[in-house]
Amino acid sequence: MAKQKKKFNILEHELVPRHEIVPPDEAIRILRELNIRPEQLPWLRVTDPVAREIGAKPGDIVRIYRKSPTAGEIVVYRYVVGY
Amino acid sequence: MSSLLTSWEELKKEIHDMLEYARGKLPKRIYEELESKLQKTTEEYGLAPEEARKIIEYVLSEYEYSMVEPGEPVGTVAAQSIGEPGTQMTLRTFHYAGIREFNVTLGLPRFIELVDARREPSTPIMYIYLDEEHKYDENKAKEVARRIEYTRVSNVASEIDIDLVNLRIVVRLDPVMLEDKGVTVDQVKKVLEKLKLGKVEQDPSDPLTLYIQLELGESFSLMELQKRREKVLNAKIKGIKKIRRVIIQSMTNEEGRIEYFLVTEGSNLKEVLNVPGVDPKRVYTNNIHEIEEVLGIEAARAALIREMKDVLDEQGLDVDIRHIILVADIMTATGRVRQIGRHGVSGEKPSPLARAAFEMTTQNLFAAAARGEVDKLKGITESVIAGRVIGVGTGMVEVRMNPAQVVKSMKGVEKEASGGGN
Repeated sequence: MAKQKKKFNILEHELVPRHEIVPPDEAIRILRELNIRPEQLPWLRVTDPVAREIGAKPGDIVRIYRKSPTAGEIVVYRYVVGY
Repeated sequence: MSSLLTSWEELKKEIHDMLEYARGKLPKRIYEELESKLQKTTEEYGLAPEEARKIIEYVLSEYEYSMVEPGEPVGTVAAQSIGEPGTQMTLRTFHYAGIREFNVTLGLPRFIELVDARREPSTPIMYIYLDEEHKYDENKAKEVARRIEYTRVSNVASEIDIDLVNLRIVVRLDPVMLEDKGVTVDQVKKVLEKLKLGKVEQDPSDPLTLYIQLELGESFSLMELQKRREKVLNAKIKGIKKIRRVIIQSMTNEEGRIEYFLVTEGSNLKEVLNVPGVDPKRVYTNNIHEIEEVLGIEAARAALIREMKDVLDEQGLDVDIRHIILVADIMTATGRVRQIGRHGVSGEKPSPLARAAFEMTTQNLFAAAARGEVDKLKGITESVIAGRVIGVGTGMVEVRMNPAQVVKSMKGVEKEASGGGN
Protein backbone atom coordinates (compact mmCIF):
# COMPACT_ATOMS: atom_id res chain seq x y z
CA MET A 1 0.00 0.00 0.00
CA ALA A 2 1.28 3.44 -0.89
CA LYS A 3 2.37 5.37 2.16
CA GLN A 4 0.62 8.65 2.79
CA LYS A 5 2.66 11.83 2.32
CA LYS A 6 3.72 11.95 5.93
CA LYS A 7 3.23 9.86 9.03
CA PHE A 8 0.30 11.13 11.05
CA ASN A 9 1.26 13.40 13.92
CA ILE A 10 -0.49 12.04 17.00
CA LEU A 11 -0.62 15.49 18.61
CA GLU A 12 -3.34 16.36 16.10
CA HIS A 13 -5.64 13.56 17.20
CA GLU A 14 -8.86 14.72 18.84
CA LEU A 15 -8.26 12.57 21.92
CA VAL A 16 -4.86 14.09 22.61
CA PRO A 17 -5.01 17.35 24.56
CA ARG A 18 -2.36 20.05 24.14
CA HIS A 19 0.82 19.25 26.06
CA GLU A 20 3.69 21.63 26.69
CA ILE A 21 6.87 21.48 28.72
CA VAL A 22 6.94 23.97 31.59
CA PRO A 23 10.21 25.91 31.96
CA PRO A 24 12.03 25.06 35.23
CA ASP A 25 11.59 28.40 37.01
CA GLU A 26 7.88 28.33 36.33
CA ALA A 27 7.72 24.71 37.44
CA ILE A 28 9.22 25.65 40.81
CA ARG A 29 6.67 28.42 41.17
CA ILE A 30 3.80 26.05 40.40
CA LEU A 31 5.00 23.43 42.86
CA ARG A 32 5.32 26.06 45.57
CA GLU A 33 1.85 27.32 44.83
CA LEU A 34 0.38 23.82 45.07
CA ASN A 35 2.61 23.06 48.05
CA ILE A 36 3.62 19.61 46.81
CA ARG A 37 6.66 17.68 45.72
CA PRO A 38 6.87 16.94 41.98
CA GLU A 39 6.32 13.20 42.41
CA GLN A 40 2.94 13.94 43.97
CA LEU A 41 1.71 15.09 40.57
CA PRO A 42 0.30 12.49 38.21
CA TRP A 43 3.08 10.98 36.15
CA LEU A 44 3.86 10.90 32.49
CA ARG A 45 6.23 8.27 31.25
CA VAL A 46 9.15 9.31 29.01
CA THR A 47 8.17 6.44 26.77
CA ASP A 48 4.67 7.88 26.35
CA PRO A 49 4.17 8.69 22.66
CA VAL A 50 3.19 12.27 23.42
CA ALA A 51 6.17 12.81 25.74
CA ARG A 52 8.43 11.54 22.99
CA GLU A 53 6.79 13.76 20.42
CA ILE A 54 7.30 16.95 22.47
CA GLY A 55 10.73 15.83 23.67
CA ALA A 56 10.07 15.76 27.41
CA LYS A 57 12.80 14.39 29.65
CA PRO A 58 12.55 12.80 33.11
CA GLY A 59 12.20 15.54 35.73
CA ASP A 60 10.29 17.86 33.44
CA ILE A 61 6.83 19.05 34.29
CA VAL A 62 4.35 19.02 31.45
CA ARG A 63 1.35 21.29 31.31
CA ILE A 64 -1.78 19.78 29.79
CA TYR A 65 -4.81 21.70 28.60
CA ARG A 66 -7.60 19.20 29.02
CA LYS A 67 -11.06 19.60 27.65
CA SER A 68 -13.45 19.11 30.52
CA PRO A 69 -17.19 18.49 30.24
CA THR A 70 -17.81 20.44 33.45
CA ALA A 71 -15.27 23.25 33.36
CA GLY A 72 -14.66 23.79 29.65
CA GLU A 73 -10.92 23.69 29.74
CA ILE A 74 -8.67 22.94 32.66
CA VAL A 75 -4.94 22.99 33.13
CA VAL A 76 -3.26 20.04 34.78
CA TYR A 77 0.34 19.04 35.24
CA ARG A 78 2.15 15.77 34.88
CA TYR A 79 5.63 14.90 36.12
CA VAL A 80 7.78 13.14 33.57
CA VAL A 81 9.26 9.96 34.99
CA GLY A 82 11.67 7.56 33.38
CA TYR A 83 10.25 4.14 34.07
CA MET B 1 -24.64 55.19 43.14
CA SER B 2 -22.61 56.08 40.11
CA SER B 3 -24.07 56.20 36.67
CA LEU B 4 -25.25 53.10 34.82
CA LEU B 5 -23.13 52.08 31.90
CA THR B 6 -24.73 50.64 28.81
CA SER B 7 -21.53 50.06 26.87
CA TRP B 8 -19.86 46.77 27.62
CA GLU B 9 -16.49 48.05 26.43
CA GLU B 10 -16.60 50.90 28.88
CA LEU B 11 -17.65 48.73 31.76
CA LYS B 12 -15.00 46.20 30.87
CA LYS B 13 -12.34 48.89 31.14
CA GLU B 14 -13.78 50.00 34.44
CA ILE B 15 -13.72 46.58 36.08
CA HIS B 16 -10.75 45.17 34.23
CA ASP B 17 -8.77 44.26 37.36
CA MET B 18 -11.69 42.34 38.84
CA LEU B 19 -12.33 40.43 35.62
CA GLU B 20 -8.69 39.43 35.38
CA TYR B 21 -8.80 38.22 38.97
CA ALA B 22 -11.92 36.18 38.25
CA ARG B 23 -10.36 34.73 35.11
CA GLY B 24 -7.51 33.36 37.18
CA LYS B 25 -9.85 31.87 39.76
CA LEU B 26 -12.70 30.46 37.75
CA PRO B 27 -12.76 27.58 35.28
CA LYS B 28 -12.89 28.68 31.67
CA ARG B 29 -16.52 27.81 31.07
CA ILE B 30 -17.84 29.60 34.15
CA TYR B 31 -15.73 32.64 33.41
CA GLU B 32 -17.03 32.80 29.86
CA GLU B 33 -20.59 32.48 31.06
CA LEU B 34 -20.05 35.24 33.60
CA GLU B 35 -18.58 37.54 31.00
CA SER B 36 -21.29 36.92 28.42
CA LYS B 37 -24.07 37.40 30.97
CA LEU B 38 -22.51 40.61 32.24
CA GLN B 39 -22.27 41.86 28.70
CA LYS B 40 -25.88 40.99 27.96
CA THR B 41 -27.16 42.68 31.09
CA THR B 42 -25.09 45.77 30.47
CA GLU B 43 -26.34 46.15 26.97
CA GLU B 44 -29.94 45.50 27.86
CA TYR B 45 -30.44 47.27 31.17
CA GLY B 46 -27.19 49.03 31.98
CA LEU B 47 -24.93 48.18 34.88
CA ALA B 48 -22.95 50.31 37.28
CA PRO B 49 -19.31 49.31 37.87
CA GLU B 50 -19.97 48.74 41.57
CA GLU B 51 -22.85 46.45 40.74
CA ALA B 52 -20.71 44.51 38.32
CA ARG B 53 -18.01 44.15 40.96
CA LYS B 54 -20.55 42.86 43.44
CA ILE B 55 -21.80 40.32 40.92
CA ILE B 56 -18.32 39.03 40.23
CA GLU B 57 -17.59 38.85 43.93
CA TYR B 58 -20.75 36.88 44.48
CA VAL B 59 -19.98 34.49 41.65
CA LEU B 60 -16.51 33.93 43.06
CA SER B 61 -17.75 33.14 46.54
CA GLU B 62 -20.48 30.91 45.16
CA TYR B 63 -17.92 29.04 43.12
CA GLU B 64 -15.68 28.54 46.10
CA TYR B 65 -18.66 27.35 48.12
CA SER B 66 -19.54 24.75 45.51
CA MET B 67 -16.10 23.19 45.46
CA VAL B 68 -15.30 19.93 47.20
CA GLU B 69 -14.17 20.58 50.74
CA PRO B 70 -10.80 19.38 52.01
CA GLY B 71 -11.23 16.02 53.70
CA GLU B 72 -14.22 15.00 51.63
CA PRO B 73 -13.97 11.26 50.86
CA VAL B 74 -14.40 11.72 47.12
CA GLY B 75 -13.24 8.20 46.30
CA THR B 76 -15.84 6.60 48.53
CA VAL B 77 -18.53 8.88 47.16
CA ALA B 78 -17.51 7.99 43.60
CA ALA B 79 -17.52 4.27 44.42
CA GLN B 80 -21.02 4.47 45.84
CA SER B 81 -22.31 6.67 43.07
CA ILE B 82 -21.15 4.24 40.41
CA GLY B 83 -21.78 1.10 42.42
CA GLU B 84 -25.39 1.68 43.32
CA PRO B 85 -26.72 2.27 39.77
CA GLY B 86 -24.32 -0.47 38.70
CA THR B 87 -26.46 -3.02 40.48
CA GLN B 88 -29.16 -2.29 37.94
CA MET B 89 -26.98 -2.91 34.92
CA THR B 90 -27.79 -5.84 32.73
CA LEU B 91 -25.79 -8.95 33.24
CA ARG B 92 -26.37 -9.88 29.65
CA THR B 93 -23.11 -9.72 27.75
CA PHE B 94 -24.33 -8.84 24.33
CA HIS B 95 -26.45 -6.13 23.01
CA TYR B 96 -27.12 -5.13 19.49
CA ALA B 97 -25.85 -1.63 19.05
CA GLY B 98 -27.78 0.12 16.35
CA ILE B 99 -27.38 -2.21 13.43
CA ARG B 100 -28.24 -5.85 13.27
CA GLU B 101 -24.83 -6.89 12.04
CA PHE B 102 -22.97 -5.87 15.15
CA ASN B 103 -22.52 -7.40 18.50
CA VAL B 104 -21.03 -5.21 21.19
CA THR B 105 -20.27 -6.05 24.80
CA LEU B 106 -22.19 -3.65 26.97
CA GLY B 107 -23.56 -3.37 30.45
CA LEU B 108 -21.81 -4.80 33.47
CA PRO B 109 -19.39 -7.11 31.60
CA ARG B 110 -18.07 -4.17 29.59
CA PHE B 111 -17.78 -2.00 32.68
CA ILE B 112 -15.79 -4.71 34.45
CA GLU B 113 -13.59 -4.97 31.39
CA LEU B 114 -12.82 -1.26 31.55
CA VAL B 115 -12.15 -1.16 35.28
CA ASP B 116 -9.98 -4.27 35.03
CA ALA B 117 -8.02 -2.62 32.20
CA ARG B 118 -8.04 -5.77 30.08
CA ARG B 119 -5.48 -5.97 27.32
CA GLU B 120 -8.10 -6.67 24.69
CA PRO B 121 -11.82 -5.96 24.87
CA SER B 122 -14.01 -8.97 24.15
CA THR B 123 -15.51 -7.09 21.22
CA PRO B 124 -12.93 -4.70 19.82
CA ILE B 125 -14.53 -2.10 17.59
CA MET B 126 -13.18 0.84 15.67
CA TYR B 127 -14.96 3.89 14.38
CA ILE B 128 -13.15 5.20 11.37
CA TYR B 129 -14.11 8.57 9.96
CA LEU B 130 -13.05 9.51 6.47
CA ASP B 131 -11.34 12.56 5.01
CA GLU B 132 -13.03 15.26 2.94
CA GLU B 133 -12.57 13.42 -0.30
CA HIS B 134 -14.13 10.13 0.80
CA LYS B 135 -16.75 10.89 3.40
CA TYR B 136 -19.60 12.10 1.19
CA ASP B 137 -19.50 9.33 -1.41
CA GLU B 138 -20.60 5.82 -0.60
CA ASN B 139 -18.49 4.27 -3.34
CA LYS B 140 -15.38 6.07 -2.18
CA ALA B 141 -16.11 5.03 1.39
CA LYS B 142 -16.36 1.46 0.16
CA GLU B 143 -12.97 1.86 -1.48
CA VAL B 144 -11.40 2.75 1.87
CA ALA B 145 -13.31 -0.06 3.57
CA ARG B 146 -11.80 -2.55 1.14
CA ARG B 147 -8.35 -1.21 1.85
CA ILE B 148 -8.87 -1.84 5.54
CA GLU B 149 -10.72 -5.14 5.66
CA TYR B 150 -8.45 -8.09 6.14
CA THR B 151 -9.09 -10.39 3.21
CA ARG B 152 -7.70 -13.87 2.88
CA VAL B 153 -7.93 -16.32 0.03
CA SER B 154 -10.57 -18.27 1.93
CA ASN B 155 -12.81 -15.18 1.92
CA VAL B 156 -13.07 -15.10 -1.86
CA ALA B 157 -12.90 -18.81 -2.67
CA SER B 158 -15.93 -21.02 -2.92
CA GLU B 159 -13.90 -24.21 -2.85
CA ILE B 160 -10.32 -25.23 -2.20
CA ASP B 161 -9.59 -28.88 -2.84
CA ILE B 162 -6.64 -31.14 -3.13
CA ASP B 163 -6.55 -33.00 -6.40
CA LEU B 164 -4.70 -36.17 -5.47
CA VAL B 165 -4.56 -37.54 -8.99
CA ASN B 166 -2.70 -34.58 -10.46
CA LEU B 167 -1.12 -33.54 -7.16
CA ARG B 168 -2.38 -30.04 -7.26
CA ILE B 169 -4.55 -27.69 -5.22
CA VAL B 170 -7.66 -26.46 -6.95
CA VAL B 171 -8.88 -23.01 -5.95
CA ARG B 172 -12.32 -22.07 -7.21
CA LEU B 173 -13.05 -18.38 -6.74
CA ASP B 174 -16.49 -16.99 -6.01
CA PRO B 175 -17.29 -14.17 -8.46
CA VAL B 176 -19.76 -12.57 -6.03
CA MET B 177 -17.23 -12.46 -3.21
CA LEU B 178 -14.52 -11.18 -5.55
CA GLU B 179 -16.80 -8.34 -6.56
CA ASP B 180 -17.79 -7.61 -2.97
CA LYS B 181 -14.24 -7.48 -1.66
CA GLY B 182 -12.93 -5.72 -4.75
CA VAL B 183 -10.34 -8.34 -5.56
CA THR B 184 -9.32 -9.41 -9.06
CA VAL B 185 -8.33 -12.89 -10.13
CA ASP B 186 -4.87 -11.63 -10.99
CA GLN B 187 -4.40 -10.35 -7.46
CA VAL B 188 -5.24 -13.76 -6.04
CA LYS B 189 -2.93 -15.38 -8.54
CA LYS B 190 -0.06 -13.14 -7.46
CA VAL B 191 -0.67 -13.92 -3.81
CA LEU B 192 -0.69 -17.63 -4.51
CA GLU B 193 2.53 -17.35 -6.49
CA LYS B 194 4.16 -15.60 -3.56
CA LEU B 195 3.47 -18.63 -1.37
CA LYS B 196 6.02 -20.53 -3.49
CA LEU B 197 4.10 -23.76 -3.28
CA GLY B 198 4.37 -24.39 -6.97
CA LYS B 199 3.35 -23.07 -10.32
CA VAL B 200 0.02 -21.35 -10.44
CA GLU B 201 -2.09 -21.87 -13.53
CA GLN B 202 -5.43 -20.58 -14.62
CA ASP B 203 -7.92 -23.02 -16.09
CA PRO B 204 -8.13 -22.21 -19.82
CA SER B 205 -11.88 -22.77 -19.95
CA ASP B 206 -12.79 -21.27 -16.56
CA PRO B 207 -10.82 -18.16 -15.54
CA LEU B 208 -12.12 -18.42 -11.96
CA THR B 209 -10.39 -21.72 -11.31
CA LEU B 210 -6.74 -21.73 -10.35
CA TYR B 211 -4.45 -24.73 -10.07
CA ILE B 212 -1.39 -24.85 -7.92
CA GLN B 213 0.92 -27.58 -9.17
CA LEU B 214 2.54 -28.93 -6.04
CA GLU B 215 6.22 -29.73 -6.02
CA LEU B 216 6.61 -32.72 -3.76
CA GLY B 217 9.41 -35.11 -3.06
CA GLU B 218 9.23 -38.84 -3.56
CA SER B 219 7.54 -39.51 -0.26
CA PHE B 220 4.91 -37.22 1.17
CA SER B 221 2.04 -37.58 3.56
CA LEU B 222 -1.54 -36.43 3.45
CA MET B 223 -0.79 -34.29 6.48
CA GLU B 224 1.70 -32.37 4.43
CA LEU B 225 -0.89 -31.73 1.75
CA GLN B 226 -3.38 -30.54 4.33
CA LYS B 227 -0.82 -28.15 5.74
CA ARG B 228 -0.29 -26.62 2.31
CA ARG B 229 -4.00 -26.27 1.82
CA GLU B 230 -4.19 -24.39 5.13
CA LYS B 231 -1.45 -22.11 3.92
CA VAL B 232 -3.42 -21.30 0.79
CA LEU B 233 -6.58 -20.67 2.80
CA ASN B 234 -4.91 -18.20 5.12
CA ALA B 235 -2.87 -16.33 2.56
CA LYS B 236 -3.46 -12.60 2.94
CA ILE B 237 -4.63 -10.75 -0.13
CA LYS B 238 -4.90 -7.30 1.38
CA GLY B 239 -6.10 -5.31 4.35
CA ILE B 240 -5.02 -4.69 7.89
CA LYS B 241 -4.35 -7.41 10.40
CA LYS B 242 -6.94 -8.03 13.09
CA ILE B 243 -9.69 -6.14 11.26
CA ARG B 244 -12.14 -8.86 10.50
CA ARG B 245 -15.11 -7.00 9.15
CA VAL B 246 -15.86 -3.49 7.96
CA ILE B 247 -19.32 -2.00 7.74
CA ILE B 248 -20.20 1.31 6.19
CA GLN B 249 -22.59 3.49 8.12
CA SER B 250 -23.97 6.90 7.44
CA MET B 251 -25.00 9.78 9.62
CA THR B 252 -26.07 13.36 9.18
CA ASN B 253 -23.27 15.61 10.30
CA GLU B 254 -23.39 19.16 11.70
CA GLU B 255 -23.53 20.63 8.24
CA GLY B 256 -26.64 18.61 7.48
CA ARG B 257 -24.92 16.46 4.91
CA ILE B 258 -24.90 12.71 4.89
CA GLU B 259 -21.51 11.50 5.92
CA TYR B 260 -20.24 7.94 5.63
CA PHE B 261 -18.00 6.34 8.18
CA LEU B 262 -16.73 2.86 8.87
CA VAL B 263 -17.29 0.59 11.81
CA THR B 264 -15.00 -2.37 12.10
CA GLU B 265 -14.92 -5.58 14.01
CA GLY B 266 -11.42 -5.91 15.36
CA SER B 267 -9.06 -3.08 16.11
CA ASN B 268 -5.67 -1.96 14.94
CA LEU B 269 -5.26 1.74 15.62
CA LYS B 270 -1.62 2.08 14.69
CA GLU B 271 -2.05 0.90 11.13
CA VAL B 272 -5.45 2.40 10.44
CA LEU B 273 -4.09 5.87 11.25
CA ASN B 274 -1.88 5.71 8.18
CA VAL B 275 -4.39 4.35 5.69
CA PRO B 276 -5.07 6.82 2.87
CA GLY B 277 -8.61 8.16 2.85
CA VAL B 278 -8.98 7.95 6.63
CA ASP B 279 -9.27 11.07 8.75
CA PRO B 280 -6.62 10.13 11.33
CA LYS B 281 -7.68 12.88 13.74
CA ARG B 282 -10.98 11.20 14.48
CA VAL B 283 -10.18 7.50 14.39
CA TYR B 284 -11.48 5.87 17.53
CA THR B 285 -11.19 2.42 19.06
CA ASN B 286 -12.64 0.90 22.20
CA ASN B 287 -9.33 -0.74 23.02
CA ILE B 288 -7.91 1.48 25.78
CA HIS B 289 -4.48 -0.13 25.79
CA GLU B 290 -4.08 0.45 22.10
CA ILE B 291 -4.90 4.12 22.58
CA GLU B 292 -2.38 4.34 25.42
CA GLU B 293 0.30 2.81 23.26
CA VAL B 294 -0.32 4.92 20.18
CA LEU B 295 -1.72 8.22 21.47
CA GLY B 296 -0.45 8.39 25.03
CA ILE B 297 -1.83 8.32 28.54
CA GLU B 298 -3.91 11.49 28.27
CA ALA B 299 -5.77 10.13 25.28
CA ALA B 300 -6.28 6.85 27.14
CA ARG B 301 -7.78 8.79 30.04
CA ALA B 302 -10.16 10.59 27.72
CA ALA B 303 -11.14 7.32 26.04
CA LEU B 304 -11.70 5.64 29.40
CA ILE B 305 -14.06 8.39 30.45
CA ARG B 306 -15.88 8.21 27.15
CA GLU B 307 -16.24 4.43 27.26
CA MET B 308 -17.46 4.33 30.86
CA LYS B 309 -19.89 7.14 30.23
CA ASP B 310 -21.21 5.39 27.13
CA VAL B 311 -21.82 2.16 29.02
CA LEU B 312 -23.72 3.94 31.79
CA ASP B 313 -25.69 6.12 29.38
CA GLU B 314 -26.65 3.15 27.28
CA GLN B 315 -28.12 1.52 30.36
CA GLY B 316 -30.02 4.67 31.19
CA LEU B 317 -28.05 5.28 34.36
CA ASP B 318 -27.40 8.88 35.28
CA VAL B 319 -24.03 9.07 37.01
CA ASP B 320 -22.28 12.40 37.39
CA ILE B 321 -19.36 12.56 35.00
CA ARG B 322 -17.01 13.74 37.77
CA HIS B 323 -17.18 10.38 39.53
CA ILE B 324 -16.15 8.70 36.31
CA ILE B 325 -13.40 11.24 35.77
CA LEU B 326 -12.04 10.48 39.22
CA VAL B 327 -11.88 6.77 38.43
CA ALA B 328 -10.11 7.47 35.14
CA ASP B 329 -7.68 9.84 36.87
CA ILE B 330 -6.74 7.25 39.47
CA MET B 331 -6.32 4.60 36.81
CA THR B 332 -3.95 6.76 34.76
CA ALA B 333 -2.12 8.54 37.60
CA THR B 334 1.12 6.59 37.25
CA GLY B 335 1.44 7.23 33.54
CA ARG B 336 0.07 3.89 32.46
CA VAL B 337 -3.39 2.36 32.60
CA ARG B 338 -3.73 0.41 35.83
CA GLN B 339 -6.65 -1.75 36.74
CA ILE B 340 -8.66 -1.15 39.88
CA GLY B 341 -7.75 -4.38 41.57
CA ARG B 342 -5.08 -6.71 42.77
CA HIS B 343 -2.62 -5.89 40.02
CA GLY B 344 -3.27 -2.18 39.99
CA VAL B 345 -4.62 0.52 42.24
CA SER B 346 -5.56 -1.67 45.21
CA GLY B 347 -2.47 -3.84 44.97
CA GLU B 348 -0.12 -0.85 44.95
CA LYS B 349 -1.39 0.79 48.11
CA PRO B 350 1.42 1.61 50.48
CA SER B 351 -0.28 0.11 53.52
CA PRO B 352 0.07 -3.68 53.94
CA LEU B 353 -3.09 -3.84 56.06
CA ALA B 354 -5.14 -2.15 53.38
CA ARG B 355 -3.81 -4.60 50.80
CA ALA B 356 -4.55 -7.54 53.09
CA ALA B 357 -8.08 -6.27 53.62
CA PHE B 358 -8.71 -6.22 49.88
CA GLU B 359 -7.76 -9.65 48.56
CA MET B 360 -5.51 -12.56 49.43
CA THR B 361 -5.25 -11.63 53.10
CA THR B 362 -2.73 -14.18 54.32
CA GLN B 363 -0.43 -13.96 51.31
CA ASN B 364 -0.30 -10.20 51.62
CA LEU B 365 0.43 -10.28 55.32
CA PHE B 366 3.14 -12.92 54.93
CA ALA B 367 4.79 -11.01 52.11
CA ALA B 368 4.64 -7.75 54.06
CA ALA B 369 6.14 -9.41 57.11
CA ALA B 370 8.93 -10.96 55.06
CA ARG B 371 9.78 -7.56 53.64
CA GLY B 372 9.56 -5.89 57.03
CA GLU B 373 6.98 -3.36 55.95
CA VAL B 374 5.71 -0.69 58.28
CA ASP B 375 2.10 0.45 58.38
CA LYS B 376 1.70 4.09 59.28
CA LEU B 377 -2.06 3.72 59.76
CA LYS B 378 -2.77 6.77 57.63
CA GLY B 379 -5.43 5.36 55.34
CA ILE B 380 -9.09 4.57 55.93
CA THR B 381 -8.91 0.77 55.92
CA GLU B 382 -5.94 0.59 58.27
CA SER B 383 -7.55 3.04 60.65
CA VAL B 384 -10.73 1.00 60.78
CA ILE B 385 -8.76 -2.19 61.44
CA ALA B 386 -6.82 -0.52 64.24
CA GLY B 387 -9.93 1.17 65.63
CA ARG B 388 -8.65 4.69 65.10
CA VAL B 389 -10.41 7.78 63.88
CA ILE B 390 -10.35 7.74 60.08
CA GLY B 391 -8.48 10.54 58.38
CA VAL B 392 -11.45 11.94 56.54
CA GLY B 393 -13.54 15.05 57.05
CA THR B 394 -13.26 16.28 60.64
CA GLY B 395 -11.07 13.29 61.44
CA MET B 396 -8.41 14.72 59.17
CA VAL B 397 -7.19 17.36 61.60
CA GLU B 398 -4.97 16.61 64.52
CA VAL B 399 -4.43 18.65 67.66
CA ARG B 400 -0.89 19.20 68.75
CA MET B 401 0.31 21.04 71.82
CA ASN B 402 2.96 23.70 71.56
CA PRO B 403 4.44 23.90 75.09
CA ALA B 404 6.09 27.29 74.57
CA GLN B 405 2.79 28.76 73.47
CA VAL B 406 1.04 27.20 76.45
CA VAL B 407 3.47 28.75 78.93
CA LYS B 408 3.05 32.11 77.26
CA SER B 409 -0.72 32.02 77.41
CA MET B 410 -0.66 30.72 80.99
CA LYS B 411 1.33 33.77 82.02
CA GLY B 412 -1.19 35.97 80.33
CA VAL B 413 -4.02 34.30 82.19
CA GLU B 414 -2.20 34.68 85.51
CA LYS B 415 -1.62 38.33 84.89
CA GLU B 416 -5.19 38.85 83.95
CA ALA B 417 -6.37 36.88 86.93
CA SER B 418 -4.18 38.79 89.38
CA GLY B 419 -5.03 42.10 87.79
CA GLY B 420 -8.72 41.44 87.87
CA GLY B 421 -8.72 39.97 91.36
CA ASN B 422 -7.47 43.06 93.08
